[in-house]
Amino acid sequence: MIPNLLAWLLRAIQFGTIIMFGSMGEILTEKSGNLNLGVPGIMYLGSFAGFASAYLYENHAENPVPFLCVVIALLCGFLASALGGLIYSFLTITLRANQNVTGLALTTFGMGVANFFGGYLLKGEVYTAAPVSNAAFSAKIPFLSDHLGLFGDAVFSYGFLAYTAILLAILLHVFLNKTRTGLNLRAVGENPATADAAGINVTKYKYLATVIGAGISGIGGLYYVLDYNNGIWATTGQVEALGWLAVALVIFTTWYPLNAIWGAYLFGMLYWLYNFLPKLIGITNIDRTSSLWQMIPYIVTILVLVGVSLRRKRESQPPASLGLAYFREER
Amino acid sequence: MNKAIEVGKSEHREPFLRIARRDGTSHGRKIGVRAASIVIALILDALFIVVVTGLNPLAVYAEIFKATFGTSLRFMWMLRDMAALLCIGVALAPAFKMRFWNIGAEGQVLMGGFATAMCMMFLGQKLPTPVLFLVMVIASLAAGALWSFFPAFFKANWNTNETLFTLMMNYVAIQIVAYATNILRGQASSLGTINMGSKIGWFPKLLGYDFTLNILIVAVLTVAMYIYLKYTKHGYEISVVGESEKTAKYAGIDVKRVTIRTLLLSGAICGLCGFIIVAGNKHTISTNTAGGDGFTAIIVAWLAKFNTFYMALISFLLVFLEKGAGQIASTYGLNEYIADIISGIILFCILGSEFFLNYRMIFRHKEEKGGGVK
Repeated sequence: MIPNLLAWLLRAIQFGTIIMFGSMGEILTEKSGNLNLGVPGIMYLGSFAGFASAYLYENHAENPVPFLCVVIALLCGFLASALGGLIYSFLTITLRANQNVTGLALTTFGMGVANFFGGYLLKGEVYTAAPVSNAAFSAKIPFLSDHLGLFGDAVFSYGFLAYTAILLAILLHVFLNKTRTGLNLRAVGENPATADAAGINVTKYKYLATVIGAGISGIGGLYYVLDYNNGIWATTGQVEALGWLAVALVIFTTWYPLNAIWGAYLFGMLYWLYNFLPKLIGITNIDRTSSLWQMIPYIVTILVLVGVSLRRKRESQPPASLGLAYFREER
Repeated sequence: MNKAIEVGKSEHREPFLRIARRDGTSHGRKIGVRAASIVIALILDALFIVVVTGLNPLAVYAEIFKATFGTSLRFMWMLRDMAALLCIGVALAPAFKMRFWNIGAEGQVLMGGFATAMCMMFLGQKLPTPVLFLVMVIASLAAGALWSFFPAFFKANWNTNETLFTLMMNYVAIQIVAYATNILRGQASSLGTINMGSKIGWFPKLLGYDFTLNILIVAVLTVAMYIYLKYTKHGYEISVVGESEKTAKYAGIDVKRVTIRTLLLSGAICGLCGFIIVAGNKHTISTNTAGGDGFTAIIVAWLAKFNTFYMALISFLLVFLEKGAGQIASTYGLNEYIADIISGIILFCILGSEFFLNYRMIFRHKEEKGGGVK
């Protein structure tokens, strides 16, 4: 019973970390008023660039240094995803293209880029791996994970990105609520015309929030390949599903980064419920119903969305100008 | 202090570049800008192909062309796939014209297809063919409409964000279909073709092709939707609500009613599209039945600005490219995801080109010279 519960928790937290990165990036983006539906594509870009750079480094260096693997993968993953965000920003902010449509096109594009170039790494195989980087990314916290019994297993046995995600959520919370820049950003997302009149450079804020947000989302994709998926690259649609789940999580958190921490783990528990529930309470033949269990996060998200709109609580609404382009001459 | 002076100075200088909205764009300009955007996209795609694969882009484009126009069968296949994409675009048109972001076409199509497949499996032996088809059509319309009803109902009454709601509904639909196919197929890896031997519930062969009926139905829908949006009272109400909800209320239009009615229509046609895909083409159901067309159609409907004939043109362009990319992938041993990259680049260019239709750029001093800009 206990080992099963623990295994479930471990899987859920790792799963949650992927979508937590994805949704934190999207929260930052949406706070600027940009609804970027390109998250799946961006996470694809991040996962591919992160994996490819680590893989190439591993295979070309005589003695790959784990630390360098991490730095290179993070840098490339972040930059590639940020580039995706830049395409989106240029089209929607500068050229004022429709946000939903641009986001969906970016999802197609990102998926295409990742799987097309990923095909070159595969060289005809079904999958390929980057073991050194995987070891570096998934290294448990030394000492603490071994010497604290169950507590150590449950709390200290994740790769460093899992803790980074929590830290980032807290930083994001502080940034959005306690700093001038963060408050300015929220003003841009709520009412860009007012922000503009107050002397805030709306374009700059929108660009930066979207590009950095995309970079953060992309780290989620990178974590998926190099840690969660044991450093294995294969052509699957998995990242796309994760990307949409990250978008769902943004709604679930009602745009509060701190909620993303427990929300992401909850989604992870729900996602893996089908695998561990039978072992825990002895139901057999549950595999065939896995889809129904995996539907729960989406249903819960819909309920939250409806609940938020029914209660009309001002604090938990989407940013007021979400999805709208800002054009100074038209306010 | 210094800063204040600078600001004071700059007040007298016009900014280097100003952007203003264009009032009405001439037809020539529309065609010109769009053509230019596609040409630029093709050049970018060619550059991409050369840099990445080292192939001659002209030879590659010739291959792409052959994929659709090489044989008459290929052309018909293109028409079949174009019909599916166009049908969803047509379904989305009224919703988008009302500024209701129905991102849930994928799920609505899937539910329609699912209902159709269930009818084929479980009622196929029991009902005479005409009745069966009637039941299939009604079931698919109802399933699609049900899937768009919830977001519409909550949007109309409590202004719930419809983009996010419809998006989530897609995944509920996908999981339902995944669950059902898991149960139905038993140990097999896929559900397989339904009624393979008896062909019960399949579209009959017309003019030599299994899927002629698909194309005909969608052609009729395209024209009907054009008329509905342009010449009927409903269409007028939709456009008023889309322009301004306040105006609509002032004019005495029941916004709630129009919202729900329009979305039921949109969802029902999506469901019908599921019916066409399942009964007229794939003859099976899986989570891939809509195959991403539900998302692509959103782009189609938006770019066409709700004009169903433009939608046909854009659907053609996208399916043409998709077919072509599949062809070059097999000819040159590339992986087929090149299709996504090529169409991604084209979509970015077309989306970006909208700017030059809606806005004009005014450079400093240009107006002083006597209004060179119309």
